[in-house]
Amino acid sequence: MEKAVLEKTHLAPQLVPLDYTHKPDVTLPYELIGSMPELKDNPFRQRIAEVFSEGGDGNMTLDDFLDMFSVLSEMAPRDLKAYYAFKIYDFNNDDYICKSDLEKTVNKLTRNELTPEEVNLVCEKVIYEADVDNDGKLSLEDFQHMIIRAPDFLSTFHIRI
Amino acid sequence: RRKNYQGKNSGGKKAGEDRSRQRGRKAPTKDQKESENKKKKGKEVENKQKEDRKNSTSASSNSSDEESPSEEELAMLMEQVEQKKKLISTMRNKPWRMVKKLSVLREAQAFVEKFEGALGKGKGKKLYAYKMMMAKKWVKFKRDFDNFKTQCIPWEMKIKEVESHFGSSVASYFIFLRWMYGVNLVLFGLIFGLVIIPEVLMGMPYGSMPRKTVPRAEQATAMDFSVLWDFEGYIKYSALFYGYYNNQRTIGWLKYRLPMAYFMVGVSVFGYSLMVVIRSMARNANESTADGDDDNFIFSWKMFTSWDYLIGNPETADNKFASITTSFKESIVDEQESNKDENIHLRRFLRVLANVLIICCLCGSGYLIYFVVKRSQTFSKMQNVGWYERNEVEIVMSLLGMFCPPLFETIAALENYHPRIGLKWQLGRIFALFLGNLYTFLLALMDDVNEKLAEEDVVKNITHWTLLSHHNSSMGNSSSATPPPLDPADVPRGPCWETTVGIEFVRLTVSDILVTYITILVGDFVRACFVRFVNYCWCWDLEAGFPSYAEFDISGNVLGLVFNQGMIWMGSFYAPGLVGINVLRLLTSMYFQCWAVMSSNVPHERVFKASKSNNFYMGLLLLILFLSLLPVAYTIMSLPPSFDCGPFSGKKRMYEVIQETIELDFPLFVAKIFSYVANPGLIIPAILLMGEEKRKMMGYYTNPMMQDLEDLFTPSTKNESHPKQAEDKKREPPHGNSPVGTQGKAAALDGSPMPGGRGAAFIPPPHVLVTQPLTLGVHAPYPGQYRPRGHPLGPVPGRGRGQPRYPHAPR
Repeated sequence: MEKAVLEKTHLAPQLVPLDYTHKPDVTLPYELIGSMPELKDNPFRQRIAEVFSEGGDGNMTLDDFLDMFSVLSEMAPRDLKAYYAFKIYDFNNDDYICKSDLEKTVNKLTRNELTPEEVNLVCEKVIYEADVDNDGKLSLEDFQHMIIRAPDFLSTFHIRI
Repeated sequence: RRKNYQGKNSGGKKAGEDRSRQRGRKAPTKDQKESENKKKKGKEVENKQKEDRKNSTSASSNSSDEESPSEEELAMLMEQVEQKKKLISTMRNKPWRMVKKLSVLREAQAFVEKFEGALGKGKGKKLYAYKMMMAKKWVKFKRDFDNFKTQCIPWEMKIKEVESHFGSSVASYFIFLRWMYGVNLVLFGLIFGLVIIPEVLMGMPYGSMPRKTVPRAEQATAMDFSVLWDFEGYIKYSALFYGYYNNQRTIGWLKYRLPMAYFMVGVSVFGYSLMVVIRSMARNANESTADGDDDNFIFSWKMFTSWDYLIGNPETADNKFASITTSFKESIVDEQESNKDENIHLRRFLRVLANVLIICCLCGSGYLIYFVVKRSQTFSKMQNVGWYERNEVEIVMSLLGMFCPPLFETIAALENYHPRIGLKWQLGRIFALFLGNLYTFLLALMDDVNEKLAEEDVVKNITHWTLLSHHNSSMGNSSSATPPPLDPADVPRGPCWETTVGIEFVRLTVSDILVTYITILVGDFVRACFVRFVNYCWCWDLEAGFPSYAEFDISGNVLGLVFNQGMIWMGSFYAPGLVGINVLRLLTSMYFQCWAVMSSNVPHERVFKASKSNNFYMGLLLLILFLSLLPVAYTIMSLPPSFDCGPFSGKKRMYEVIQETIELDFPLFVAKIFSYVANPGLIIPAILLMGEEKRKMMGYYTNPMMQDLEDLFTPSTKNESHPKQAEDKKREPPHGNSPVGTQGKAAALDGSPMPGGRGAAFIPPPHVLVTQPLTLGVHAPYPGQYRPRGHPLGPVPGRGRGQPRYPHAPR
């Protein structure tokens, strides 16, 4: 935890006091979070910041910050990661990953290099594969059911600080 | 939700944070933070203690020692201790509150400490502790060694970069190239260490014997570059070629049996290659049957687990984006292929038609080659042969090599195969075409050899008489008993057919190398430059229309590599230095082609994964290995070695060196045993048995190949109303590899930033991919090692013209 505090200090020395004993209420704006070396190349950094921030706007307090890194660390258990991954990929925050969320995900992953037909095909395939309850979108259970088996999930959904 | 969550929780510090950082709760109080720190420290100390305890049981003996418990009690105690130990080690994963964990931990550790001492019996304790420590050290050592070995694999980053831009099919060629480099390196080590070095160090030096000296007549020009380029002159009389080696039975103070070594190394080159190819096939066959059941979530996993959150470097990120895009495209191709639903009869008819046409082409070209070779034999007897007649064979071979493969591709468009399978057919056909090439080359060579053998008899007589006359003349001048020896440069030489054969192969290899490199340079690089720069002042769009950028011609390159290796195998017995040349060639090829691909090629329009089993490449290689073994075996068994050059000179047949060694070097009874064993009645069954073994191993790999063939004729049973059960989905069976695996590998290696070096000036802009209307030739990759899959035989509106780089005619 000390390391996380130190990290935050490096990010914004003028904002983050070194002495936390009196619990000041410090919030880092999203711009600073998004420019962290661990996150700046990640296409989902905005979503990550939004998911872990209190107000969903990307501005994080120390707790949020620590939360984020603890979930993304290699010690965090699979279920926890799956839960947060679901939240990250749910762009419209409606507790379901619907087709538009999938489209946004694919476009972020490929930097818009796929044609709309290809994107469409991919999204439909994903829904076909993972949607167990047949409602045309992925609920948390669908998502968890699918992601738990993925061999790479733990190793890719992981940030080291 | 977090409160109900029951999953594993590991890591004291972070777990503590999880517990307290629940949603809705604000910042921790000062007390909580301090207690967390304490817990963290405490946990660290306890962990350390736990480890120390495991290592030194002697420190933990205590009062219960003198009780001497009974056997059952001991066993129960042991069980309890083991239980507690297990509890200690899994403490992190338990979803308990911190306080509870700590108390349980302390209790367990106290228990272990108290009773572990009672279990060991004096010396046994120490031994046990020692064994545990060694076991741990061994595991750690093995892990470190594995890491080291992985780091030693050369060019991993280069290949990863190529893979992320061009797909696994193109990368499979480079992986194959790297594997060939490894094999050649081993062969080179064998030959260099066991044949060349002993002769150079311990044999007679240059100039001491006729066979090692440039003849007087040639000495004037022996150093000229043009002569050296033709591998005549000083190079011909060096350790690179067969003729240099002396037939002395033992050389040097080590009594090294050089002729025997030469023969055995020649045989073991083939043996090792055979073993390595078959082992690779068996291993690939096993791997390919391993995964195949996890293809239920291909797209989902691609979407949600392909991005590696560890990436913190823009260039790595670029590569990752490219690789993800490519991977999606590959899967899309596979998906589209499996969705195709067509008239089975029409398809079959078209395929049969295509095969008939192609067989006609092959027969036609075979006859043409035969006809041309026959004509050249008559030409060689005529006096006034023009330039065309002299080179007719080569011209015809080159033309065939240039025009037939694209013709095959065009006809193959009728067949409408899955890209990967189409690739295999294409490769097989071009292979058949170039067997014709091989046939003419060998025929020409055999003619040459027979000529030389006839000539040899004549020269033998001449030499004999020359020496005699020299003796007589020198005897006449002085009355001393020993005449001055004839200078080695003046001794008349036999034609030494083995060296000639070696020189032919070396020349072929060198010209093949040159042609390949020049083709790459001109066909890819200059073309790319032209398209890129002249495009500004050209009437039509060069990038979108003709000629545009080249795609990497995987099939041509792989075939080139396979045939080249066949040449090496054939020639290495007669030119020990050939393998060294090949090693250099492969090394430079790797760098050169990686650069060329990254700077001048565009990815295939329809990127595809090569097939899961690498065995198609290996199968071709195996075939070529047998084909190249035959001529060498024939010459060893039935042609007499030259009388004045090489390690077998003076013998009637080359294999007699074995008999000689057994008779002279081994005790008598060994010779007797061998004479019994060399009974054909025993040898034939032995060979058949070995053949059975090989067939058994091949059985491992034929199954995936059979599956591939089956795929051709079973229609896809996927229909539009998808049942929602994953099990009912029928996808193409053994080729459904888990692409996540590839991603996983990519992810594992993407942690480190990739080196730059991309020749950025010449990377074709990405929009080219979209505007390319034509697929530039069907260049299916060989099913490479990285589960290459699929192939680019798509809806081709026009004909592509890739840059075929096929093995050309000899000379």
